[in-house]
Amino acid sequence: MKSSRLRAALTPYALIFPGGLWLAIFFVVPMVVMLSLSLQTGNITDGYQLTWHWQTYLDGLTTYHDQIIRSLVYGLAATIVTIVIGFPMAYYIAFRGGRRKSMYLFLLLLPFLVSFVLRTISWQFFLADDGILLGPLKGAGLLPEDFHLLATSAAVIGGLAYNFLPFMVLPIYVALERIDPRVLEAATDLYAGRVQTFLRVVLPLSLPGVFAGVLMTFVPASSDYVNASILGGAGNTMIGNVIQNQYLVTQDYPVAAALSFTLMALLLVGIFAYARALGTEDVLEVAAR
Amino acid sequence: MSAIPPRDPALLRGLTGRRMAPGRRDLFRMAGLSAAGLALAACGVQGKKAAPPQQSDVEKYWSDKKQNGHVDFANWPLYMDPKRPELKLFTEKTGISVTYKEVIQDNASWFAKIQPQLAAGQSIEYDLMVVTNGIQFTQLVQLGYLVPLDHSKLPNFAANAGEAYKREPFDPGNVYSIPWASGITGIAYNPKYVDEPPTSYAALWDPKYKGKVGMMSDAQEIGNFAMMLLGIEPEKSTPADWEKAAEKLREQRDAGIVRKYYDQNFIDPLGKGDIWICQAWSGDIFQKNVSDGTDLKFVIPEEGATIWTDNMMIPKTAANPVDAITLMDFFYDPEVAATLAEYINYIPPVPSAQEIIKRHAAEAKGEDKELLEEVATSPLVFPSEADYAKLHTYRPFKDAAEQKQYEQIFQSITTA
Amino acid sequence: MSTVVETPDKAPEAQRPPRRAAFFRGRLLQIWTWLVIVWLCLPIAVMILFGFNDTQGRYNQSWQGFTLRWYRELFAIDDLTEALLNSLLIALLTMLIAGALGTLIGLALGRYRFRGSGLMNLVMFAAISCAEIIMGASLLSMFVTLAVQLGFWTIVVSHVMFSVSFVAVTVRARVMTLDRSLEEAARDLGASTWQTFRLVTLPMIFPGVLAGSLLAFALSIDDFVITNFTSGSTVTFPLWIWGATRVGIPPQVNVMGTLIFAAGVLLAVANAFGGRRRAQRG
Repeated sequence: MKSSRLRAALTPYALIFPGGLWLAIFFVVPMVVMLSLSLQTGNITDGYQLTWHWQTYLDGLTTYHDQIIRSLVYGLAATIVTIVIGFPMAYYIAFRGGRRKSMYLFLLLLPFLVSFVLRTISWQFFLADDGILLGPLKGAGLLPEDFHLLATSAAVIGGLAYNFLPFMVLPIYVALERIDPRVLEAATDLYAGRVQTFLRVVLPLSLPGVFAGVLMTFVPASSDYVNASILGGAGNTMIGNVIQNQYLVTQDYPVAAALSFTLMALLLVGIFAYARALGTEDVLEVAAR
Repeated sequence: MSAIPPRDPALLRGLTGRRMAPGRRDLFRMAGLSAAGLALAACGVQGKKAAPPQQSDVEKYWSDKKQNGHVDFANWPLYMDPKRPELKLFTEKTGISVTYKEVIQDNASWFAKIQPQLAAGQSIEYDLMVVTNGIQFTQLVQLGYLVPLDHSKLPNFAANAGEAYKREPFDPGNVYSIPWASGITGIAYNPKYVDEPPTSYAALWDPKYKGKVGMMSDAQEIGNFAMMLLGIEPEKSTPADWEKAAEKLREQRDAGIVRKYYDQNFIDPLGKGDIWICQAWSGDIFQKNVSDGTDLKFVIPEEGATIWTDNMMIPKTAANPVDAITLMDFFYDPEVAATLAEYINYIPPVPSAQEIIKRHAAEAKGEDKELLEEVATSPLVFPSEADYAKLHTYRPFKDAAEQKQYEQIFQSITTA
Repeated sequence: MSTVVETPDKAPEAQRPPRRAAFFRGRLLQIWTWLVIVWLCLPIAVMILFGFNDTQGRYNQSWQGFTLRWYRELFAIDDLTEALLNSLLIALLTMLIAGALGTLIGLALGRYRFRGSGLMNLVMFAAISCAEIIMGASLLSMFVTLAVQLGFWTIVVSHVMFSVSFVAVTVRARVMTLDRSLEEAARDLGASTWQTFRLVTLPMIFPGVLAGSLLAFALSIDDFVITNFTSGSTVTFPLWIWGATRVGIPPQVNVMGTLIFAAGVLLAVANAFGGRRRAQRG
């Protein structure tokens, strides 16, 4: 009896062992290594030594604070845009979708069947200065010759919002769908108008979804570099571009690692606040959809 | 049977007691520290400077290498006719197959990609690669990542290479590399949008092209341009000069004149009209005009331009060095050099190619004839002595610290 | 006289907006939703369209006529084909490995309550919400420090790492909805633990496992950021496209994107029909 109970107690550990080990080796350990790397000094020719050089973090912050702030601003702007665009859409699908709900969700996720890079490049093509969209407009005299959408912060934010829209719509949709329709009926029975019902019943109940959506949108948007690289220009580089450049071009590993940690720290603050507020299980469940 | 009987109080105490919690954290901490210890022990990149090879080293390296029948060749885009006629000819003549990939976009990112593997003595999956004379080439040499060439296997090179190419300052005696092609960095523009042809570097700083100027992201290219604008010769510049040049570049960027810093894809936007005027490499403009029928123009500004050389070299972990060196020598056959130059429109390291191209032009008809004649007589493909006098080279660096200083000054401009 | 007290027994009629406005307001959301859908699909349409472009030069920029040529010459560019095959193979391996590991984790978390579950949840949550660039950067840091050869296998390892959590969460959701009584019944009828798992549990959680594995496949085949950091000399489909932006994207890329897209659509539609038929069968 005891051995089978022991076996039963050990089963879950045995089950999570392979996956857990994988995550430990390839997720947790690299973070530690990166931390160590951020405190090293040296160069390619002479090698790197661990010197506990905390100054690297300060140097990184002072040199690249523009990009860090810009990334957070772009991320926030993109998140707000996705809320503005996505909330009405989520509302419509949840409440008016009826039998067509899955069709709408399917259409929402359709673009994701195309590679992220390819989608962004298609936007670059579409928004070209003399391309499909702007060419005819300029030809018709509606826009000045030197007008351009690419290489502006608007293009980068637009690209970010485009690529992360479903991550905002889905959690909001899930939260709205969970609202018991009888609650809405009750609100109406208590003489609430449509606006009031929305503001005082629907909106508060949708907030967990909005929070989850913000989490899933703000983090990747702030740390993205593909959109800035393809759609942006000289003044639009984000901290992701800097990190990528430092790792893959300049090979200044300590600075790159320090910047990565700085970014992660800034984002983690938000993540843990949400996790604390909602409990990891809830957010994970919503995220799983 | 459920896994854990939930009502056993002892177990409940155990589950919720403090005893295990620090244990978990301790374990985590220990794992973290030991991993950090491992990281410390392995200690990042092994840096080392290699001494120049002795003749005995060269012989030792090549003594046991045999021909294997295959070469993996990494090169820049637009450096060979897409139909690869030269490679097909090579395979016919020698039986060695070639896999050709245009994976090198710019020197810095290529170096960053191969460096970790070369440092660890691992294969980079290429036997032959082409790198420009500059910071990264110097680093490759200093770190001992290149194979010293056996010149007994390079007869065509000895016979046909231009004298100037045999005594390049960045690789005297061609210990590690032989040139692939030379090129000139100048200014390209689209006459559809630019009315007066630019004559000076100042055109790239002209506010009337605000938002329509393209600059390169390579630190040496933009540094050189700014220095020449200020009348400084790049090969003799000092760190103080670099700061002045960087200031100029910052002005250009902050005034919104630069639209974007391109690795080497400036041709596409120039053709599309995204930019009207940009830094450009001489041959690319020709190729774009031929393949797409555009009418882009290239000029060497009055202050002069920089000339660079792209060189073939063999990484030290190459699997097929003998086949690679055979291919290297093949491109010094004057006929082959001629057909290559006809397509890529860059300066061939084989001067006798010019006569061959003229001969081809005489035999050709119509549009082909015009093109070939243009190539044979172009000062961009066959500069004269006078032209060479106006061209500057990259600044050589004496050590890693200087290199790093230069890079840092200019790279901070493109990643802002 | 007797005053009739109007007891409002339903929503005040007078406050209900006039019919046309109500019609429009309802439509407004619908119009908005459809506009967003059009916006979402715009670049896809462009991509598909220019897969048919009869472009002569190196650059697929302006429309020059309709042709099916690129569908015929789909594999004309060797290293593009190689990159696509790499992507498919990596995605397949990721699907199998992450599918297996994630299912085990999902089972454990969904079914048992044990002391490690909180930590496991936290790590998975961190892995899901961590920025890709951080994960890629840290992996590169580790591989470089330990002098591991970057290439195909480092890509697979990285992809499995970030997919495992997604599979686990999906499976866990499914496991939590399971009716344990069926398994208990199987046990009562003498089945061993392994038999119960194989013949009862696995089929029941299979939709969750499949969904999670397909998710892992999709995440892997599309991944760019992490792959960019850990790929070394190996090139995957998204990496090839990224490199090709320098010299112009050949139409073959559009065609491949279109075909992958079509495959995904067919799969989703088939899944929907299959689901409906399953529901009909009861």
